[in-house]
Parts: sequence; structure tokens; C-alpha cells
Amino acid sequence: MNAIETQMDFRQKPDPAGDFEYDLNARKRNASVWQIIFLAATVICVVLLMTLLIKIVNDAFGYVAMQNKIQPAELVEKYAPDAAPGTTLPELPQEALTAIFKDNVSAGLYRRYDREKKVEERTQAEVLALVEERVVEPKIVATWGLLDSIFNRGAIEAQVAEIPNGTLEFRSWVNANLLTNPQSPNPESAGVRTAILGSLLMILITILVAFPIGVGAAIYLEEYAKDNRLNRLIQTNINNLAGVPSIIYGMLGLAVFVRVLEPITSGVAFGLTGGGETSQNGRTILSAALTLALLVLPVIIINSQEAIRAVPRSLRQASFGLGATRWQTVWSHVLPNAMPGILTGTILAVSRAIGETAPLVVIGASTFITVDPNGPFSKFTALPVQIYQWASRPQAEFRNLAAAAIVVLLVMLLTLNAAAIIMRNRYSQRRVA
Amino acid sequence: MSTFELSAQPREQTMMRETEAVAAVAAGAAGTFAIEATDVNIFYGQFRAVKDVSLQIQKNKITALIGPSGCGKSTMLRAFNRMNDLVSTARIAGEVLFHGRNLYAREVDPVEVRRKIGMVFQKPNPFPKSIYENVLWGAKINGFKGKADDLVEQSLRQAALWDEVKDKLKQSGLSLSGGQQQRLCIARTIATRPEIILMDEPCSALDPIATLKIEDLMRELVEKYTIIIVTHNMQQAARVSDYTAFFNMEQDRAGYLVEYDDTKKIFTNPKDQRTEDYVTGRFG
Repeated sequence: MNAIETQMDFRQKPDPAGDFEYDLNARKRNASVWQIIFLAATVICVVLLMTLLIKIVNDAFGYVAMQNKIQPAELVEKYAPDAAPGTTLPELPQEALTAIFKDNVSAGLYRRYDREKKVEERTQAEVLALVEERVVEPKIVATWGLLDSIFNRGAIEAQVAEIPNGTLEFRSWVNANLLTNPQSPNPESAGVRTAILGSLLMILITILVAFPIGVGAAIYLEEYAKDNRLNRLIQTNINNLAGVPSIIYGMLGLAVFVRVLEPITSGVAFGLTGGGETSQNGRTILSAALTLALLVLPVIIINSQEAIRAVPRSLRQASFGLGATRWQTVWSHVLPNAMPGILTGTILAVSRAIGETAPLVVIGASTFITVDPNGPFSKFTALPVQIYQWASRPQAEFRNLAAAAIVVLLVMLLTLNAAAIIMRNRYSQRRVA
Repeated sequence: MSTFELSAQPREQTMMRETEAVAAVAAGAAGTFAIEATDVNIFYGQFRAVKDVSLQIQKNKITALIGPSGCGKSTMLRAFNRMNDLVSTARIAGEVLFHGRNLYAREVDPVEVRRKIGMVFQKPNPFPKSIYENVLWGAKINGFKGKADDLVEQSLRQAALWDEVKDKLKQSGLSLSGGQQQRLCIARTIATRPEIILMDEPCSALDPIATLKIEDLMRELVEKYTIIIVTHNMQQAARVSDYTAFFNMEQDRAGYLVEYDDTKKIFTNPKDQRTEDYVTGRFG
């Protein structure tokens, strides 16, 4: 009580010269207004992010109504009349399935499959897959989002009941098939395997190209370059390049890597004849990777420069003071100490590159490709391109597929980032310990 | 104040120093200074930091450079092993003779200079590596081919640090206390087998006990090495050094050498009024 009174006294005591105005309340009010504004900004960010996540998850999971051309039960009844009631299609022997397949598809289609591999010689599982794909032919007739599936289940069931031969099943669009199947026009069997492989191979080459060049340039600019007009110009240009829209890099890549350097990027210069399934012109993984490398290069350089600049001057002096050359100093002290920062910058830059779509579209990523890339000279597609392409299709199922592919892309990105961050932390711990 | 301290020193020691000084000056006449600066001017861009300094450093002695802040004594110290080269705007005129060669001659490589003339800095700056590697690194990059373990032990013993760290050579150099870190830096410098050790305020970041240890160490090291030390602590200069050079500056802030003599003379009977004002604490 007493203490508070003293405080009050102290606060209300007028300044003898009248130069100060003790209005602490006004200052506190001001501070709390700003605090509320900053809190609001944070809340807006969180809400937007949550909306995005909910939207993606909503599309990636949910009920689908399936309609079969022929019900499997009818087939079982017709081709295996002796079977115990309740026998399902997968339990039938290979011969019965072969018979079903032969009788229910056109002669031409059968001959085509037979030419690929004698249907009689295929295993039970293979024939079963053929029967399910070609005879039962389940079709998705309607899809619902996760929220609908949870809250409007009754209405959905009523709707499905009106569909002849319709069945309702809960489907996670992110599933093993999505990961292992190549692209397909049929949303039932479309997957992102080709796109994942394309993205991974591309990003690997991007890192291999951009990291050494970027770090090398940063070392040169920080440690060797003299402070003259030319070097300042170079520095300014690099800073500006970091802000250039990615589609412009796409144009550059198209002009330089796809067109001018076509003999190299198509692999012709290395004796690849082209014309095959995976390599025929400059629109290859290599071109895309080089373009992305250009795109991330300024960011890597700037971040590496920051990291190198942050290495204490005392460390450099200690090294020079012992009679080290500049290179010995850079290699033994500057680089190891800057490495965590350099890696952080690289991780951020590469994350951006993984999600880049525009330059790849300009360069000519294939929008429909079912063949896995088999090297840097393959034609390719990448996950974001695949997502873009699916999202722009009219069928509702492809929207679900796109959402599922986004989930895959996000998981892939987070995994790569987490791996890189763990590696970086291991590295910096080892140095400090 | 410092005058009192100095007179409190054992009489024999000051006596001995005086005779030594005479001998050293005689040796200097024969051209055997450890290092010798003649008419050195150092510029940072347009700014002249050091003006017309000539200084002969005696072999196997401790020479202290004292003076007010910003008077160019650190810059002068750095001129002795070409550390100023690392500042892109720095420029030097004049000669620094080491073994009869001008360190700033065109054919002299600063890297070689710095191995022969090592440096200990104001803030202890061990590498973020193990104690063992800290000592060995400088020698290794200079092509040391001998037995690493022996060199590390010998250097740490000379730096009076061996007993404290012999069981934890694999630990980070940064895990040591400030005073130990500074002795580690000295050990690291010794390991490259320099002739001269430059010390730029080596104790300014240390507590008084660690400071005393470093000073004792300097008195031991001076039997094998020539030491030049910059210090703001006048008691330290009086306690530890054989010779003292007093730097000052005027309005143009260009440092110049006021007086250079036997430490005892500088602190008890300086020739120049400015020196007396400074060492008695009247300014600076």
C-alpha cells in the first residue's frame, strides 16, 4: 500500500522545469495498440494458412460414389456357379478370370493384351487386375470433400442409393497407387510417380550445379574481389536478379538451354541418338535443372555472402596472423564457420525451386508423360506442373488428385527440408563441440 | 602513481635492466636489432594514422607501445607483420627492416612475414576447434613435418598451459576460460616458431589474475622471443616491459613517437613533458 502511494507520488510530482510530461498511460496505450495490430497480423497469417491446409485436406480425402459396368457378384455367379455364396472376384482361380476376361472384352482388345503377354500365362493377380480394369470398369460418378463426408453423410448416402449399381466408399486420394502409378487419363489409376522422379532428379542436378557455383561466387565476392566499380556493379546485379520473376528465367532457359545449347541439353553431343521415348530435343530435365539453378543462384550467392560476412573478423585475423594464405584461411575457418548459414540459404532457395512451375512450363515440361525419366536427358514432368495440369482439368476427380498431389509435394518438401536442417545442425554441433 | 610502483620494484632488477639496455644499444649499433622501423607513415585512405615513426626494437626484450586511444600504436604494431595489408585502404610509406630486408619490399610475401612475426590479439580468438588442433593448425599450414604431439606439448608447456589442459586436448578451445584462451593463442603463435611476437592489448579482456599469469608468461617467453606489446595499462607496461615507446597525437590525429627509452626512464624521469603528463595520469 505504502509502496504504491510512494509510486503515485513520484508519478504525479511535476517536473520542476516542466520539460517532461509524465503521461505513462498514453505511452502504454500507444504500445498496446501496436501490439494488437501485430497480433492481428499474426492471426491473419495463421488463419490464411489454416484455410489453405483445410482446403487441401478437404479435397484430398472424402467419399466417392463408384459405379461398376458389371457387378462383380454377377460375374462370380455366372462363371463360378459352384462357388460358395459370398465368394468375391479375387478368390476365383486364374482360369475363371481368364474366361471372364475373354468373354467380356472385344476380340480386338483381347488380342492386343494377348500379344503383349499370353493371357493364359499371366498370373491370377495380373488377370484379376485386367478384369477389374476392363470388365468391371469401376467409374467414379461423384466425389465429396472431407467436410461434406463427415457432416452430410446421410444426404450423400441417399444420393448414391439412386445410382444404379452405385457403391459408396471412403477414399484417401493420397494412397499407394498415387505414388506408384504413372500419369494416366483415368483418374482411378493416375499417379505422380513420373512427376516425383522428375522433380527429384531435377532438383538434384539443380543443387549440384547451383551450390558450388553460388558458394564459389560468394567466396570470390566477399574474400577476393576488390571494392571497385565493376565489382559493385556485379553485386548490384546479383541483388536485383534475386527479385526477377521466375517466368523470365523460364524465357532465358528456353532461349539458352533449350534452343542454343540443344546439342548439349538433348544429349546429342554425348552420343545419345535421340528419337527414343525419353530424349529428342532440348526440353529435358537437364535444361529445366539448369534453369532452376539460374533461378536460385542469386539467392544462394546472397545468403552465402551474408554467412561469410558473419564469420568474426577476429577468426580471420588469427588465421592470417599465423601465416596462413587467404585460401587456407577461407578453407579452414571461413567456410566451416559460414557453412550452417550457407546451408540455410541453400535450403530456402532449393525449397523455392522445388515448387517452381512457371519456368518449367515455359521450358516445355511435358504435361502428359507416362515414362519414368531415365537420366538428365529425359523429357520430364515435375510435381508442380502435374498439379497445375490436373487442377486445370474440368473433371472433379482431377481436382481431388491435384489436392492429393499437393499433399505429396508438401510432404516431399518438408522431408527434404527436415533432412537438410538435421544435416546442418549435426554439422554445426560437431564444429562447436 | 606508476612511478611509485616502479620504485617499489627490486633494486637489482632495475639495475640489471639498465646494464642490459646499454648492452642492447651497443648490439643495435652493430645492426642486430630484432626489427627496425624507419620513417614509417601509415595512411587509411586520406587519413594519416602514423606519422614519421622510427623505432628500433631490441632482441629478446619486451618493448611496450603506450599512448592515448587512437594514437596509432596498434596500427604501428600491425605494421611490423603486415597485418595492415588486410585493410584494403591501408597504405604504408617508409621501411621496416627485418634481418636486413625491408618487409615492404616488392618481393616479400606477407604470409612468410607473419609466420616469422606472430601476433596475439586483444580478444582471445581461439579457433572453434579442439585445443590440440588450435595449436597445431598454424604449424601444419606452414608445412610442419615433425612430430605433432611433441610440438603441441612443447608449445603448451611454453605457454604455461600444459598442466591445465593436458587431459582435455580434444575439447574445444572455446571451452577454456578467457585467460586460458589467451594463453592458448600464445601457444598457437609459438608453435609456428616465430622470432617476434606482437601482442595487441593481450590482457584488456582478462581479469587481474589472468593478466598476471600472462605477464609472468611474457617474462619467460622473452628469453627466446622478442616481444612487442601495445597496452593501455601503464602499470602493465611498467611491470613487464624493458623498453617503452610513448605515442601521442595532435589535432590532426596522426600518431607520432614522442619518446622511446628504457622503461624505467620513461616512468621515472622522462625527457619530454608530454610523456610525464601521460604516465602520471594527467591526460589520456
